[in-house]
Amino acid sequence: MRPPREHYREVVRRTPFHSRTTRANELNLWHRWRDYTVADAYFDVTLEYTALRNACAVFDISPMTKHRIEGPDALSFLNRLVTRDVARIGPGRVGYCVWCDDGGQVIDDGTLFHLQPGSYRLCSQERQLDWLTRSALGFNVSIREETEEVAALALQGPTSCTVLRALGLDGIETLAPFAMRTYALAGAELLVSRTGYTGDLGYELWTAPAQAEALWDRLFQAGEAYGIRPMGTHALEMARIEAGYIQAGVDFLPADRAVRVDRTRSPFELDLGWLVDFSKPNFTGRRALLDEQRRGSRYRLVRLDVEGNKPAKDAYVYDDRRNVIGAVTSALWSPMAKSSIALASVRMPWGRPTDELWAEIYYQKELKWNRLNARCRVVKGAFYEPARRRLTPPPAW
Amino acid sequence: MNRFDAIVVGGGHNGLTSAAFLARAGLRVVVLERNPYIGGATVSRELHPGWVYSNCSYVCSLLRPEIYRSLELGRHGLQIVPYGGGVTFTRDGDVLGGYVDKEVRRREIARYSARDADAYLRYGRDVMRQCRLVRSLLMRTPPDPTSWRPRDLREMLHVGREFARLGEAGIYDTIRFYTMSIADYLGEYFESDVVKANFAGSGIIGTALGVQSPGTAYVLLHHYMGDVDGQAGAWGFARGGMGAVSRALAAAVQAHGGEVRSDAPVARIRTRAGRVVGVALENGDELDAPVVLSALDPKRTFLGLFDAGDLDPRLVKRARDFKIRGSSGKLNIALDGLPSFPALGPKHPLLAGDMHFLDSLERFERAYDDWKRGTWSQDPYLDLLMPTMTDPTMAPPGKHFMSVFVQYVPHRLAGREWTDADRDAFRRTVFAQISRYSPDFEKLVVHAEVRTPQELEAEVGLTEGNIFHGELTFDQLLFNRPFPGFAQYRGPFRGMYLCGSGTHPGGGVMAAPGANAAREVLRDLRRGSTVPEGWSDD
Repeated sequence: MRPPREHYREVVRRTPFHSRTTRANELNLWHRWRDYTVADAYFDVTLEYTALRNACAVFDISPMTKHRIEGPDALSFLNRLVTRDVARIGPGRVGYCVWCDDGGQVIDDGTLFHLQPGSYRLCSQERQLDWLTRSALGFNVSIREETEEVAALALQGPTSCTVLRALGLDGIETLAPFAMRTYALAGAELLVSRTGYTGDLGYELWTAPAQAEALWDRLFQAGEAYGIRPMGTHALEMARIEAGYIQAGVDFLPADRAVRVDRTRSPFELDLGWLVDFSKPNFTGRRALLDEQRRGSRYRLVRLDVEGNKPAKDAYVYDDRRNVIGAVTSALWSPMAKSSIALASVRMPWGRPTDELWAEIYYQKELKWNRLNARCRVVKGAFYEPARRRLTPPPAW
Repeated sequence: MNRFDAIVVGGGHNGLTSAAFLARAGLRVVVLERNPYIGGATVSRELHPGWVYSNCSYVCSLLRPEIYRSLELGRHGLQIVPYGGGVTFTRDGDVLGGYVDKEVRRREIARYSARDADAYLRYGRDVMRQCRLVRSLLMRTPPDPTSWRPRDLREMLHVGREFARLGEAGIYDTIRFYTMSIADYLGEYFESDVVKANFAGSGIIGTALGVQSPGTAYVLLHHYMGDVDGQAGAWGFARGGMGAVSRALAAAVQAHGGEVRSDAPVARIRTRAGRVVGVALENGDELDAPVVLSALDPKRTFLGLFDAGDLDPRLVKRARDFKIRGSSGKLNIALDGLPSFPALGPKHPLLAGDMHFLDSLERFERAYDDWKRGTWSQDPYLDLLMPTMTDPTMAPPGKHFMSVFVQYVPHRLAGREWTDADRDAFRRTVFAQISRYSPDFEKLVVHAEVRTPQELEAEVGLTEGNIFHGELTFDQLLFNRPFPGFAQYRGPFRGMYLCGSGTHPGGGVMAAPGANAAREVLRDLRRGSTVPEGWSDD
């Protein structure tokens, strides 16, 4: 039996939290995250962002693509798929991963949840069923997309641990970064992982769609005294750039979507070399990545501290002799770093700490356009990384 | 006043396009059309009061936007209206909907195979890679690969460079793509037979090959390489019917001082001492010009407009051997109301899309088997559209025009001519196929025009009824179209040119052959080109 054909009548779907996000969305601002409609902002982007960094904020991550990978060969399959050693991600742990095509070009990045021995959930930006299924030839695994079967919220910010304790999740403070634990909440199963896309202390809560509304209600009840607020995509975008995280389709083009073959990037070219483990068994792209190590990369992802206060959105990046050497992929004025920050892709060998780089920024004030060349400094690591992110137990607020 | 700078034989869209660019360059041009109406196969006629048919070609996507803009076809009344999606009906009463919204379309494919829904993106990417390669060649004259002339070398270099841009793996893929069958190609992406059948039609439309025949993957590309306002692969209607395209082109010819004569059948092209001097009409009139372009297909041009003794035997043989097999027919139907399609239900958005009724590759191949045996497919592939769901100008309010393209239909029935009884039996086969999915359809029919390859040949002048002026197989593409040595639009006499779809880059109401031929004429006359360059995709 095929699924019903009437699905076309609901072109854009509602997430399991829609009744709650609608009520919370005072601005009535929405956009489309593939199949689903999600909030751009609920009441004020700046205040939502502030809630995240100052108290805690809730973001509906239900539309994120989720695949379940199970079976006797699940581990060996995943180890062939991704560049890092999956054997080191034990049950109850989560690992950030990247996977490549045969040419060593990044298809997508995502988080791999080792739910139970031999059972994994892979969360990613893009749908991967075609690639996963083709990669599974010769492996005894079952792969299916389970995006619709899981409702999920991200709870992020300094008071997030305290809120979860108030929710009744005993011992949540002992949950280490990239660990997960299952709780029973009002008779339903709730999976909590200490993960997120904000670079802050934070958790992600996973449950069945039928439990979604109850989870939202309880969470906001528990968080009321701790400044909990809903957060839309705009505020999340600010946080992820501050954290220096990359996004598929924004900071790199997924290799299996590239019509123009020279537009893709390798893990090394996205500053993800630390995820590539040549000492583990064979994995897709290994030979090409070894070649790249020998021959050198074509590009480098750099994090830039841009002089002045104008966001370097879509700016060309120049060397000190006015040659275009790359472009900014994400940029914003960072309220926490109090600087104009940017992620950029530049041609090798540029992007060394000592290089003098310039961003050509266009901005307008009251309909008048201005152009400015801003000096950029290459910085290492996140633009903002509070200590609480890694502390176990985390501070109360 | 029968002296011209250039004469164009044939008033279809390519002949008119050539004439418009030549007139724009200041040449005194006349287009000679044998029918009382212009347009060739790009034509709209009112055969039943109140209904305007797109009698032959019926949808538009490939018409080069560079030409559209350059000849100001919009100002001359042309409007292309994109239409919404498509649908394949299945025998078990279900549908596979090709919805316009890409997420809805993905969910729909996932009803048949979740994996295929995701593989569709990879398929789209790979087809787009091939589109970009072929698009870069459309508004160019194919290089002669045996020539050492600087221009040919330069053009070969262009082809080579575009090819190299695909990368190593892409080059291998391309060579495979051009020689594969559509069935094999789709098999590399999809597992569901319904999904494969849904995409397979584009590989065989207008082509006397089956889905398992090598070369059909390219035919699919030929249907994907167009766009409507940058929407790659999208198809639309010419508002008012396809005749609007030729009307706008004729207006462009006239705006530049050119002349378009209908009811002016050309008997032959006159030559003297190795060069053309004009044409002779069937009524005996002679028109003089140092340049004559033939928009007729290569067979009609070389075997019809010349005496065999005028031409080299090798050319006569090549023209005779040119592959131009007819494989399709067309029904144009006036409907008293909107037929229902129960598998879709009322007010379904895909009623405005293209409809197909073969849900497996096996049925496609069987349909081709019938053609090989010399009869029309008993379970035919139809490309059925109701333009009136989108374009309000083609039928009275509440009434509808249905355009039904039928594959496969042979030029001759097991070696003999079509009779009226055959034609009616063919109509009944098509009606039965539609009625299986639309029980009330037949009751609504008020008039139907039935066109077999024989009518397409007799009325429009398409040899054997082939809609592309010669099949789009690799042996008849690029510098081999129509045949080696004649791919640069120049004929065997000085001043003689080919400008129809039998030349690069082929048919499909693209107008590129006509434009490219005009550019070569102007080059030989040492005049500045009025023909636009192709637009870059980047």
